[in-house]
Amino acid sequence: MARRGLRDHEDHEGRRAARSTLIVLLLACATVITLDYRGGTDSPVEPARRVVGEALGPVESVTSSAVRPFVAIPQWFHSQSSLRGDVRDLEAENARLRSQVATSGLERRRLAEYDALARSASDTGYSLVPAHVIAYGSSQSFSHTVTIDAGTRAGITADMTVLDNDGLVGRVVRATTTTATVLLVVDADSVVGGRVGRGQQVGFLRGRGEIGDQGRLDLDLVDSSVVPTEGDVVVTWGSQGGAPYVSGIPIGRVVSVYSSARESAQRAVIAPSVDFGALDLVGVVVPAGTRSDRTLVQAEGAR
Amino acid sequence: MSVARGLLATLVLVVAVVLQVSFFPHVAWQGVVPNLVLLVVVGAALVRGPRFASVLGFAGGLAVDLAPPADHIAGRWALAFVVVGYLAGRIRQESADRGRPGATAVVLAVAASSFIGTSIYAFSGLLLRDPVIDVTEMVTTLLVAVVWDVLLTPFVLPPVMALFSRWQPSRVAY
Repeated sequence: MARRGLRDHEDHEGRRAARSTLIVLLLACATVITLDYRGGTDSPVEPARRVVGEALGPVESVTSSAVRPFVAIPQWFHSQSSLRGDVRDLEAENARLRSQVATSGLERRRLAEYDALARSASDTGYSLVPAHVIAYGSSQSFSHTVTIDAGTRAGITADMTVLDNDGLVGRVVRATTTTATVLLVVDADSVVGGRVGRGQQVGFLRGRGEIGDQGRLDLDLVDSSVVPTEGDVVVTWGSQGGAPYVSGIPIGRVVSVYSSARESAQRAVIAPSVDFGALDLVGVVVPAGTRSDRTLVQAEGAR
Repeated sequence: MSVARGLLATLVLVVAVVLQVSFFPHVAWQGVVPNLVLLVVVGAALVRGPRFASVLGFAGGLAVDLAPPADHIAGRWALAFVVVGYLAGRIRQESADRGRPGATAVVLAVAASSFIGTSIYAFSGLLLRDPVIDVTEMVTTLLVAVVWDVLLTPFVLPPVMALFSRWQPSRVAY
């Protein structure tokens, strides 16, 4: 009986201690959230983020490079028929593209001349820092960010454009010495200025916060009288000084257009050209002549 | 808790965080990955009780909030994991014999914790408007996350529980 009483007493004590610990920790969480919420970009949490990033960045980098060979294994098991199918599709696409090139050759040449002229006039050639994606934010966090294995030592700072060979990936939000965090354009917080179609109409692209096949962007056009057509290519509009986005990077294609009487603007849905579920090698746009710890990829026409 | 224990707990959390961001995205479904840190916290709670687990949850949550790809408001996962650690720990406290919980109990604890944890995180996001998300997408993500966590339970929970129960301070035998 006495033992029982002792144990009950101990239980009671343990529960009280657990409850007070819980309250202290909940208050600590509330404090951290408030600090970060009120602080914005220069919140007091930012240095802590940086310290954790400096410590964990290299670990993520090592893990990612250890995992990479195994990730590629499923690709070896493509059957011959699926490869044949791929070849057939690619040949068809090739033929179609070749005919397009043949018809638009004249315009292309003229455009290239204009481009070269504009570039030599403004002298703003840019270079790319190549980098691998080493970590992905989970969907449970409802924010779509990735970490790349290049940081301030490679010449990367916040507000730089990130792209891959398909198009625009996102922008750098913060960088440590060896890693950088990239906000993907499909994130619900991301807003990119874009131009669409032959008329080069300007608008704003917002992410829907979904990746994978359903990953889409919403384009709100500034001029409500313009109706974009399906299949139109959307490219970045570019910001002053190329930060955070440089101009002329393809973002995606218009897949559907809708407008409502209530809203004054036309809205188009864009399928991004980048496959955000399978990002690997990306490039970060840096000003030409940036000091970097790795070889920079020089953009065509840059000097 | 001795320094060695603290270091080992930190190591376990770091491994969980790194695997969660660097390895599991390759097998993820629509970007939803198993929440390893949550599994570690639940495992610790089931053998060590609410006090230890809520402290571990706070540390693990902060690690998830601050580790590189994270860009949301810090402290949100910490809040979720503190609550999860406390609640899962209460399961152990309430069980009369204080023995190891059975397999069914563990799976149920993980499913409930995963649901509660991700919900707390999602609702804190709705309150803070960080970022504005679609409710249907939120519910899908939540359910997929629960499935993932339950699937990983047989692989993660036994070693975690063995690891944490080994450090259990020896109880006075009555």
